[in-house]
Amino acid sequence: MTGMSPAVVAASKLGLTFQTNDGPVQALSNVDLTIGKGEFVSFIGPSGCGKTTLLRVIADLEKPTSGTISVNGMTAEQAREKRAYGYVFQAAALFPWRTIERNVALPLEIMGLSRAEQAERIKRTLELVNLSGFEKKYPWQLSGGMQQRASIARALAFDADLLLMDEPFGALDEIVRDHLNEQLLQLWARTNKTICFVTHSIPEAVYLSTRIVVMSPRPGRVSDIIESTLPRERPLDIRETPEFLAIAARVRDGLRAGHSYDD
Amino acid sequence: MDSFRDKLVPVTSILAGVVVLWYVFAVILNTPFQRDLDTRANTTSGTVEFIGKTLSQPKPTLPAPHQVAVNFFENTFLRPINSNRSLVYNAWVTLSSTLLGFTFGTALGIVIAVGIVHVATLERSLMPWIIASQTIPILAVAPMIIVVLAAIGVTGLIPKAMISTYLSFFPVTVGMVKGLRSPELMHLDLMHTYNASRSQTFWKLRVPASVPFLFTSMKVAVAASLVGAIVGELPTGAVAGIGAKLLAGAYYSQSIDIWSALVAGSIVAALLVMVVGIAGRLVDRAMGGRPA
Repeated sequence: MTGMSPAVVAASKLGLTFQTNDGPVQALSNVDLTIGKGEFVSFIGPSGCGKTTLLRVIADLEKPTSGTISVNGMTAEQAREKRAYGYVFQAAALFPWRTIERNVALPLEIMGLSRAEQAERIKRTLELVNLSGFEKKYPWQLSGGMQQRASIARALAFDADLLLMDEPFGALDEIVRDHLNEQLLQLWARTNKTICFVTHSIPEAVYLSTRIVVMSPRPGRVSDIIESTLPRERPLDIRETPEFLAIAARVRDGLRAGHSYDD
Repeated sequence: MDSFRDKLVPVTSILAGVVVLWYVFAVILNTPFQRDLDTRANTTSGTVEFIGKTLSQPKPTLPAPHQVAVNFFENTFLRPINSNRSLVYNAWVTLSSTLLGFTFGTALGIVIAVGIVHVATLERSLMPWIIASQTIPILAVAPMIIVVLAAIGVTGLIPKAMISTYLSFFPVTVGMVKGLRSPELMHLDLMHTYNASRSQTFWKLRVPASVPFLFTSMKVAVAASLVGAIVGELPTGAVAGIGAKLLAGAYYSQSIDIWSALVAGSIVAALLVMVVGIAGRLVDRAMGGRPA
């Protein structure tokens, strides 16, 4: 599948070492990964395995100290300058002094789009995340799940083909999370975007992904890559099927193998 | 206005306590002089009568609250506003230089803060001087500023306002440096993912994030400005203003005048802080702030 389409993300021998007061910390070591167009790739692993760091390297929020990374065939920096991706953080990170529509407009203002174009895109993306009618609300007037949906709308507003999501639903309760997972899959199916999704939830990773990258810490590295055999159409109750459970078991094995829980 | 009602009882009880203490000390402090007067006049008076006398001297060591209140009322409401004995007139003179100095000070404070946030060398070179500037006693600096400016022909409102500026830019600088640096890392990262320019990050993120800090520091600054304006009136032989009233009262031992000028100054200070506070709340509301 990845061989046929041009790589959206290609990492080769990627490494990143942070210099801290306690000496160097190897956050990423020897990561080789190719992500094709239209894939939904999850990064899963215990804390400290470098999954967020890897996402931030793709986003050019961190610079690798070794190896190479390309995004859309360019360097990560060039891709960022071309606004090649939308980034969704762990928290909604909405500006509290802007209404929901002005928050979604933020990247559009920065890109210098006309007012009319902004209005059109705000309307379209808020519809996409089912937030129509909340344009004039301030973030504090919305629930946590709605805030996170608004931040997804903001990431979608400028039509980047790549969506980078860093544990976007980690702070939400399970009921809301299920609901948003379902909506995210629908959104992915409708927009045909490439999504990189960091999570520490096995069911979430298996439910959403076409491919699951299992990572392990010290040093942060890729310990397994699992192709999902699930169909693209996934109702929530697919999570009860033996096929789903088998993939989940493989992910769990991968996590266990890569990580000694004794220390 | 619930917060107002919550504060009303505690604040009035403290006020009542202060008034009682004030009366006690007025009696104690005015007793020696009253005793002298009585001895000279060869009169003896009963305790109640004596206490009454200590509270009604024309030039008491410590005037009683009601004496100050009467003087304040007369000089505020019963005099024509353009009379130079009117507290309204004198307060206005001080207020005008306070506001001018406060405006300069706020503007200067913001400019310095923007510089410090954007240029690393400015922080290292400027910050120690800014802090040092505030350790110099303003009473020592004020006459020099007045004299130097008078020598180059600048007199009147501007020199007093300069002293207000000198006192008020500092809290604004400190507050705004903090405010402009207050955006969370996540918000800064977000702007970075949009490849936002420095000026876009500044106007769309740093400035709005700093607004609450600005108003908090402006509250401190406006009170400091008033102190600056009053201090600026002391060494200049200013003919009008709260500071001039204080000085004149001291010359002629008009202790009641001094105290009522002090009351006038406090009221002006409270009003100024309140106005800045209300402005801050209105701006916060306009920026989608959650009603408290």
